Amino acid sequence: MWIFSGLFQAAVVTALNLRTLTGRLAASTVAVVGMAGVVAVLVSVLSIAAGLNATMANTGSPDTAIVMRAGSDAEMTSILMHEDVVVVKDAPEIARTPAIGSLASAEMFAVVDLIKASTGTTANAPLRGVEPAAYKIRKFKMIKGRPFETGRNEVVVGQAAAAEYRGLDVGSQLKLGQNVWSIVGIFDAGGTVPDSELWCDAGVLAPLYRRGNSRQAVYVRLTSPEAFTAFKDHLTTDPRVKLKVMREQEYYAGQSQVMSGAIVFIGAVIGFLMGIGALFVAIITMYSAVASRTREIATLRALGFRGGPVVISVLVESMLLALVGGALGAAVAYFGFNGYQAATMNWQNMSSIGFAFRVTPALLALGLGWALLLGLVGGLFPAIRAMRLPIVTALREL
Amino acid sequence: MKYLPLLWRNLFRRKVRTIFTLLAVLVAFMLFGFLAAIEAAFGMGVELAGNERLVMIHKVSIIQLLPESYLERIRATPGVTDACSHTWFGGIYQDPKNFFMQIPVDPECMLRMYPEFILPADQKKAWIADQQGAIVGRATAAKYGWKIGDRIPIQATIWRKKDNSTNWEFNLDGIYTGAEQGTDETQFYFHYKYFDESRLFGVGNVGWYVVRIANASKAPQIAAALDSQFANSPAETKTTTEKAFVQAFANQVGNIALIVRSIIAMAFFIILLVTANTMAEAVRERTSELAVLKTLGFTDGRVLALVLVESCLIAGVGGVLGLGISGLIVPRIPTGNLLPDLYVPKGSLGLGIALVLGLGFVAGIFPALRAMRLRIVDALRRV
Repeated sequence: MWIFSGLFQAAVVTALNLRTLTGRLAASTVAVVGMAGVVAVLVSVLSIAAGLNATMANTGSPDTAIVMRAGSDAEMTSILMHEDVVVVKDAPEIARTPAIGSLASAEMFAVVDLIKASTGTTANAPLRGVEPAAYKIRKFKMIKGRPFETGRNEVVVGQAAAAEYRGLDVGSQLKLGQNVWSIVGIFDAGGTVPDSELWCDAGVLAPLYRRGNSRQAVYVRLTSPEAFTAFKDHLTTDPRVKLKVMREQEYYAGQSQVMSGAIVFIGAVIGFLMGIGALFVAIITMYSAVASRTREIATLRALGFRGGPVVISVLVESMLLALVGGALGAAVAYFGFNGYQAATMNWQNMSSIGFAFRVTPALLALGLGWALLLGLVGGLFPAIRAMRLPIVTALREL
Repeated sequence: MKYLPLLWRNLFRRKVRTIFTLLAVLVAFMLFGFLAAIEAAFGMGVELAGNERLVMIHKVSIIQLLPESYLERIRATPGVTDACSHTWFGGIYQDPKNFFMQIPVDPECMLRMYPEFILPADQKKAWIADQQGAIVGRATAAKYGWKIGDRIPIQATIWRKKDNSTNWEFNLDGIYTGAEQGTDETQFYFHYKYFDESRLFGVGNVGWYVVRIANASKAPQIAAALDSQFANSPAETKTTTEKAFVQAFANQVGNIALIVRSIIAMAFFIILLVTANTMAEAVRERTSELAVLKTLGFTDGRVLALVLVESCLIAGVGGVLGLGISGLIVPRIPTGNLLPDLYVPKGSLGLGIALVLGLGFVAGIFPALRAMRLRIVDALRRV
């Protein structure tokens, strides 16, 4: 029975408490703004890392793989001789189509200096020489112009790259060193890494870089996701070659580690520090809330209300303020940053990569959870103080 | 001085509030210290890069190599006082996550070019004499516990040796320190001669040139003269000041850095705003007390000063402690290999102190003015 009466008391005191909240509006607003700031900052910083990771993780599908030289961590530092490429392409686990044959694209990866449209400074744009199978291995859709023709100095540009750099419109010319390339199309790679790249014919690009028949990596589509283990075992045990085989997803996820790690680290430190700052403000707010209600609380106690419900009412008020602040902050982060286009450096390949910020539901939940926790802790000490108020002296107070 | 006890009493009128306000200010300024450190880290030393040094890279991109024969032609260009070649080695020490830059150079030339890398004379002598010798920055040596005389194995990812192995070994002959706060103390330098004689391919090619010029204001003309010398050759060049070069790199890491910075700045100002409000609230609450003081004969000016000093005291103590703590803690934050070692730049500490005073003033001035204008009768009546 006492449980119900306790619950009832708690409800009554809380309701009374919230009804008088308007009287403490100024101080409460400050606490709400502080909490909104914490959540907005935490969520928006982490959304950068989430966006970068999503771009990397979306790249590749369960049945695609990348083959590089053993010991290489990135295409940039890998080199595959023609014989290696032949061995890879012969692997029985690779899917085949009548038109193209083995769905394997032996690619060359270079970096070229282009001018960033936003800052006017140069940036390392990735220029990738591909083979026809590449279209069947990656997400790829022409959205403007046409694909490049084999054997010609033509490039197609990923949509993120087209927005990022100056002078990459369809029909314009691109002078790289002594070679002139025509830009013939823009493609959509569905928010994956190739969106930031320029693609051309590997057979045209390699001689310009004096690479002859060598390539840097082979991308393949396997007959099924399960075929990966057999494919990897097959190639890594072949005595003729020394190769490294990775799932494409795994390869790109690894590449964003450094940068997203740095961002998550910064986000965590700021979110924590700011949270502590907001916690102190919340504590101050709740202490003055309790102080301004001293007589009210004492009256309730004198009427027979127990300490527990008083504690709960203070905690509920504190957490409610935190929740309102948190929701406000989450909304600011979502509307301010979700989908924001940015670019950064992929250190492993020394090349620029574009991505969009992502305010995910998980991040929103994290932000709100942190705000609630701060609200709970912030209300705890003032609540205990409210419970311990000696009734007689409190009633006497003004 | 005689007001000190009064001030003290006022501050501890509500002990809990004063302490938490102090802590909130402290946290805000720790955040400020962190912001300054991040700013410096993402800036990649742009402010330290010189205008009297130029960087010449292959026109297509930095990953393309330049012939080492360019060196003499660069040195002979009018306006150029010195030039050295550098190459990206890109090796791995034990684990790919242990990243630091390794660069084969001509030791004497490199030390001439970068006077900000300070190497004791005996170590310099030992390094120059030892063809397999290397020097490393203090930070990297400390990170991996290297001592002078250690043998350092580096796995090449790009440069194979003539015997097709990827294992390069170096003798650690010296550890350099940076002349200024923020100087890069992570790099690893070794003999270009050893590198060139041992490598399997690319012999006679280098990554980029660093060029010193006599007059920084002539940089654009000299850069243009250098590039025109190599125009229409298989390896055309692009020369910029070191500052512009570093800036372009920093811009690539990018607008992310800018956004992170603006977000932290926003965080800082929110905390500041909230804290200022809380401090102002504390004065507002005491309106009747201030009226009593005035009744006792305190002048308007004195009341104003009293309130202002109080808020400046809270801001000052909290802010200076916060800046101090961030100065102590930030360099010890383990960044792994994510960011360069963090430090709070001295210039930012000055700005921080100015902000501390600003906070104290802004938080105090409005309630203080109100207190000053207070009519005793009204104030006493209010309660």
